[in-house]
Amino acid sequence: MSTKQMTGAEMVIKSLADQGVDVVFGYPGGAVLPIYDALFKQNHIRHILVRHEQGAVHAAEGYARSTGKPGVVLVTSGPGATNAVTGLTDALMDSIPIVCLTGQVPTHLIGNDAFQECDTTGITRPCTKHNYLVKDVNKLSRTVHEAFYVATSGRPGPVVIDLPKDVQFATGTYEMPKSAAHKTYKPTVKPARDRIEAAVDLLLNAKRPIVYAGGGVINAGPNASKLLTEFVRMTNYPCTLTLMGLGAFPANEPQFLGMLGMHGTYEANWAMHDCDVMLAIGSRFDDRITGRLDAFAPKSTKIHIDIDPSSINKNVRVDLPIIGDAGFALEDLIKVFKARQKKNDAAAMDRWWGKIDEWRAIDCLNFKTNKDVIKPQEAIRRLYEKTLADGRDTFITTEVGQHQMWAAQHFHFQKPNRWMTSGGLGTMGYGLPAAVGTQLGNPDGLVIDIAGEASILMNIQELSTAVQYRLPVKVFILNNEYMGMVRQWQELLHGGRYSESYSEALPDFVKLADAYGMKGLRAQKPDQLDGVIDEMLAHDGPVIADICVDKAENCFPMIPSGAAHNDMLLGPVEEGKDAIGAAGKVLV
Amino acid sequence: MAKSGTVGQPGAAYTFVKSDQSVRRHTFAVIVDNEPGVLARVIGLFSGRGYNIESLTVSTVTEDESVSRINIVTTGTEMIIEQIKAQLERLIPVHNVHDLTLEGAHVEVELALVKVRAKDHNRRESLRIADVFQAKVADTTLESFVFQIEGTTDKVDSFIELMRALGDTEIARSGVIAIARGAGVVEV
Ligand SMILES: Cc1ncc(C[n+]2csc(CCOP(=O)(O)OP(=O)(O)O)c2C)c(N)n1
Ligand SMILES: [Mg+2]
Repeated sequence: MSTKQMTGAEMVIKSLADQGVDVVFGYPGGAVLPIYDALFKQNHIRHILVRHEQGAVHAAEGYARSTGKPGVVLVTSGPGATNAVTGLTDALMDSIPIVCLTGQVPTHLIGNDAFQECDTTGITRPCTKHNYLVKDVNKLSRTVHEAFYVATSGRPGPVVIDLPKDVQFATGTYEMPKSAAHKTYKPTVKPARDRIEAAVDLLLNAKRPIVYAGGGVINAGPNASKLLTEFVRMTNYPCTLTLMGLGAFPANEPQFLGMLGMHGTYEANWAMHDCDVMLAIGSRFDDRITGRLDAFAPKSTKIHIDIDPSSINKNVRVDLPIIGDAGFALEDLIKVFKARQKKNDAAAMDRWWGKIDEWRAIDCLNFKTNKDVIKPQEAIRRLYEKTLADGRDTFITTEVGQHQMWAAQHFHFQKPNRWMTSGGLGTMGYGLPAAVGTQLGNPDGLVIDIAGEASILMNIQELSTAVQYRLPVKVFILNNEYMGMVRQWQELLHGGRYSESYSEALPDFVKLADAYGMKGLRAQKPDQLDGVIDEMLAHDGPVIADICVDKAENCFPMIPSGAAHNDMLLGPVEEGKDAIGAAGKVLV
Repeated sequence: MAKSGTVGQPGAAYTFVKSDQSVRRHTFAVIVDNEPGVLARVIGLFSGRGYNIESLTVSTVTEDESVSRINIVTTGTEMIIEQIKAQLERLIPVHNVHDLTLEGAHVEVELALVKVRAKDHNRRESLRIADVFQAKVADTTLESFVFQIEGTTDKVDSFIELMRALGDTEIARSGVIAIARGAGVVEV
């Protein structure tokens, strides 16, 4: 057999190996059996058997976001593919590079409603960056290489390759990755120099500048975060980060204002509202960020750096768009800044920082502790402090809800790629499988899923995966016995009618841990919290820590939907006052 | 006419002074790989993001049939039109997108087949009007004509309107095809 002739299934494995893939998250089935057979016969690629295909994609996302490498998924046709759809959509919304291989019925049966057939390319067209149906084995390897190129270049995203079973069995010629680059898809990564110069002009004349950075900086690689840090230190501009951007600028730097947006800090949102020049980098003016559009940073001139031209002027009109990779753009910004040898008006900057310090003095993330009941914010703060003392490289994943927002507010990140959360889609059930993927990508890291008791049940089966592969992930449940975020909205918008948001008939999470063969812990009173966290961190294996927290606590500050940045709720609304107008109620 | 959205780099707001909320009609030429699913991607983009399609035509335009040209007529505010272009350019099989309305003078033509069933005076009148519009008779029976008319959308619209007044009609329209005036040739 000549070296380049092989079956489609063998080509799949070889092309993955040639792309540097070392781990694949998957679940077998009839339509991918030839690939599983080829997997069995090799030892370059490690297969991680998840317990649900949604879990496979989220695990690949966690792997991708924590390592910077693309995540790879392998699932069967029909239900395997449809189960992956939520994960693919999540990856699309959060710009995560994923290559997902799906089995398909043999080509001659496509369209016949064959067993376990579904129109995978049709179903996944709107939830992938691109997808392929491979009908000719001689195009298979080229397609896989191209898929990796598409998934990882420009604004990253998920790519699906649908592989009919007959193509997996057929023999053809393998091509090496060199021909990978796409003939027409060549995103702009180098920003236009004149635009960078214009940006520096605007920034240097600013009296109230702000840097608003997002997940694009993280996607541009750790060096982009370093450059952002250098830029902000050099200019002394205040810097705020989106939920997806946390870690792109160290939280302990004096210029950091915290996260902005719906549950962002008072100082970040007020500074956004009052700034005169805004530098947006790798952030997309999402509705959770802007609040009421016509009141968004009304006095500002906006500079927007993004690799995706469609992000420009999508929600908010900007004054100076710059297309390019965040890393290259920051590098050029720093160069031009240094060459100018100028600084912003010192008196104006002093006044601006003075104003910001006043906002900071509100201490918006403050909360009252209580000796009888654990406050969820307190639980996160203690967890954060204990992980600092622990010293291991710590990676946090989350589910979706109040606990997610409290984690974003009270856990602080000094480095990129340490924070994995479902931002764009807001997928409950993301955190546990993402922790599995993160742990696989970072075997020595301390990986903690900060969870809610409702969300964790959405992909609880992945505990088996963690146990099978001895992944010491910690599931830290802020158990408030409510879908807390739903309950909070019902309190604020629907007269406290808690329709179906109580977490009825919860399992005993300690016994559940036991049933899965892992350690289970519980803290019910504030004086048990430290002990449980210590024990959780000390245990060399997967743990569930069930932290019973205040059931009625709400997440503040909050910009109610449809409100402006300077219209923030800092705490419970006074009796009889309506927090949210009629227009805001229809928003999500 | 906006000075924004010039080819290459997206527009800057300070070149507009004020964002324009009026709805306009734009004609796009989209050069794509001629591969299965590409039309579904384009149409899915429009329906998924709530954009309008007034008309859409597609055909391969290279000798080796590897490249197709899609002509799309759409409507939207300036911001939406700019988004449509950017979103189309994001599709992997799309080579390039031309907003012909923005790029300058261009020729737009449409073809229609109009069957009209009419007798006596109305039948004679339909033929007279067809003559005025320079429509050809493509088929005839004793009680009907099929006229073939080409021209701008406006011209085809008014012809159809007149025929409707004369009898029962059945209409097939091709949708707009368009190309820029001048010697420039679009790269594929
Ligand atoms: C898959 C999915 N379904 C529904 C929702 C809507 N939702 C958002 S937060 C939330 C409640 C989450 O409850 P829990 O996990 O207990 O977190 P908490 O808010 O109590 O911290 C729900 C139902 C969602 N985000 N994802
Ligand atoms: Mg809860």
